[in-house]
Amino acid sequence: MNEIEKKYSAIDASCRLPLLVLFGVASLWLVIGLALEIIASLAFHKPDLFAGCPFLTYGRVLPAANNAILYGFAMPAALGVVLWIFARLSESELLLPLVPIVAANIWFLAVLIGVVGILIGDSTGFTWLEFPRSGSILLFAAFLLIAISAMATFGARRERVLKPPHWFLLAALFWFPWIYSSANLFLIAWPVRGVAQAVIGWWYSNNLIYVWLALVGLGVAFYLLPKIAGRPLQSQYFALFGFWTFVLFAPWCGIPQGAPVPSWLPTASTVAAFLMAVPLIAIAIVFVNTIRGVNIECKGGPYCYAKFAMAIFILNEAVMLIATGCPHCNAVVGMTWFMPAQVYLQIFGFFAIVICGAAYESLPGVMGFELPFRSFVRFQHWCFIVGSVLVALLLAICGIEQGLKMQNPEIHWHDITAGTLNYLKFSTLGLCLLLLGSLMFAANIFAATSTWLTRQAKAVAASLTESFEAEEVKS
Amino acid sequence: MKTGFRIFLGTLFVLGLSWCGFVLGPVLQLGTQGQAAVLNSSDIYPNQRPGAATLGLQVYRANGCAACHTTQIGQDGVVCDVVLTGAGSDPAAVSNLISSLKLTGLSKDEADAVSGQITAAGGKSETHIVPVGPDISRGWGMRHSVAEDFLWDNPVQLGSIRVGPDLANVGMRYPLDWQLLHLYAPQSQVKDSMMPPFRYLFKVQKIGATPSPDALQLPEGFGPPAGYEVVPTEDANNLAAYLVSLRADVSLYDAPFTTASAPSTGTHK
Repeated sequence: MNEIEKKYSAIDASCRLPLLVLFGVASLWLVIGLALEIIASLAFHKPDLFAGCPFLTYGRVLPAANNAILYGFAMPAALGVVLWIFARLSESELLLPLVPIVAANIWFLAVLIGVVGILIGDSTGFTWLEFPRSGSILLFAAFLLIAISAMATFGARRERVLKPPHWFLLAALFWFPWIYSSANLFLIAWPVRGVAQAVIGWWYSNNLIYVWLALVGLGVAFYLLPKIAGRPLQSQYFALFGFWTFVLFAPWCGIPQGAPVPSWLPTASTVAAFLMAVPLIAIAIVFVNTIRGVNIECKGGPYCYAKFAMAIFILNEAVMLIATGCPHCNAVVGMTWFMPAQVYLQIFGFFAIVICGAAYESLPGVMGFELPFRSFVRFQHWCFIVGSVLVALLLAICGIEQGLKMQNPEIHWHDITAGTLNYLKFSTLGLCLLLLGSLMFAANIFAATSTWLTRQAKAVAASLTESFEAEEVKS
Repeated sequence: MKTGFRIFLGTLFVLGLSWCGFVLGPVLQLGTQGQAAVLNSSDIYPNQRPGAATLGLQVYRANGCAACHTTQIGQDGVVCDVVLTGAGSDPAAVSNLISSLKLTGLSKDEADAVSGQITAAGGKSETHIVPVGPDISRGWGMRHSVAEDFLWDNPVQLGSIRVGPDLANVGMRYPLDWQLLHLYAPQSQVKDSMMPPFRYLFKVQKIGATPSPDALQLPEGFGPPAGYEVVPTEDANNLAAYLVSLRADVSLYDAPFTTASAPSTGTHK
């Protein structure tokens, strides 16, 4: 082991417990969330399946599933990866490692309170903010705690110059507390009057799904791609331009056309969606130039994860640009299944894939041994890509067909919903693939944890016997 | 870029911009909104929903009805229809004239021209404002939804996807009894409906000495076993009351339309 590897192995080891706890929480909620998602989609197969059970009715299970996946899986897993990347880029061990461990436990409790709250009917009724108040307060506190540890590690960095992943991840660390506190204060603590609530709700959802997830995902991808490819980002200037234009335009998207609000709001969103072409092209150039000519077989490993996730991100953003930047297209696909299709692609096709890839990249070093089930990595990769693309494609086609039919008042509403049912039934298959993939992720995380625990126990036992034998020799 | 502080300042600025636009802006513009005057009437709109309906909104929220239903109507624009109200002294000439004119689906200028011609021929006409769009043609509403429609609601449940039909005016389409039957057994009212039944909002109980006056009159095949009756709980009654209260049927400055019963408006020449 040379000097550099030794240095990094000490840094990786400092992240071990925080990462294990955060990834453990994340993989558990991913499995629960997808199971709930499948329960929700059963409503399309047999509407009266849970007619007598308030906890399993579609309108409660679906938000519970979405929140479990986003707040339970996506955010803690992402924060774990952020801690690791910050420690690595800082060339310093993770500072305050106990804080994220405590925070991860608070986080688990917060999501548990939130998901159970939604299922028993305590949802706040705002998309992506459904958690009852106690859950959101705990979640906010846990985020701040993890951010403190990340910022301390950032402040102690030996290499002072900031790298591209720094920009994206620092912005994300700052972004979430602002949007989450703002939305909770104006919608739940002191609710504003009338449709201003809806506008703030849209602002928050857009900032969470299309800005926060994108910032973290891009930051992680821009760390992984150069690291594995062994060459710097091509080029940093494009990346910098892409970053600033992205954060300038992206938070203005999200207010749908035709909403019952003053018309300057949706107009501003349409213009912003149109302008999103600028950062999108810059980011696409950086991505293509960085991986072009790199001769690495990815074999379903982390490099593959980052590459596919970036490709899906660029595709999804481009489709969104057309769907929301063009008023005619928006009139067709607005309020149809097309919109959830994009959210699925963003969460599973892009974010989950890049974050799982980063987790697999970090784990061998962090644990000090290879992954327990290495073949699962490749298999999960395909499960996630096929699953998320299948769900998104089915829902998108379903949405376009539904939207075109909705434009024609001659077509009876009943025929429109009947037309959507087959797509919805098939999408359950994609969700099952995602669940299969998430089980493999959870298996790797929990097997790695138990292997590590067994080794710790053995080491403790060995040192005890040793000292015992030493005593015997003495006497 | 050298310091994290610059990233912080830059992010503060760009996110602050969008915060001012989409959080502060709407709060300042809409947060103090009051009731609006109904066109051609001394009424104001909207009134607070009845007590049961206000409670029903919370049942709507708790059960996630907005996961499948929107409560917002869209509209492509408005057209003008010219309606003849009097034939004047020379009915034959007026009827000759109007048979040669297009009277519906006009722009405002065209409508003015047409009513001018009718007036010149001695007839009397009215111009009606008619909202158009697929939602309106589907009978889901008389006009597009506006901010005033949601003034008293908390939380505002606009919804974002139409898995089921829009509910902005469901109170105009169906009465209270229908809502209760539909909540208990949607398929009994709408054949092959994909809506899950909300049987947990109802009690199935043995019929006592006298049958409950609230018991649902369910059609054959959907009812409880013999000797039992289905009675709505308070939640079901409140939810149904809320659904019945969903009606945006008045003409406003932001969303004008001519109602059939409204006093004659427009160009009386």
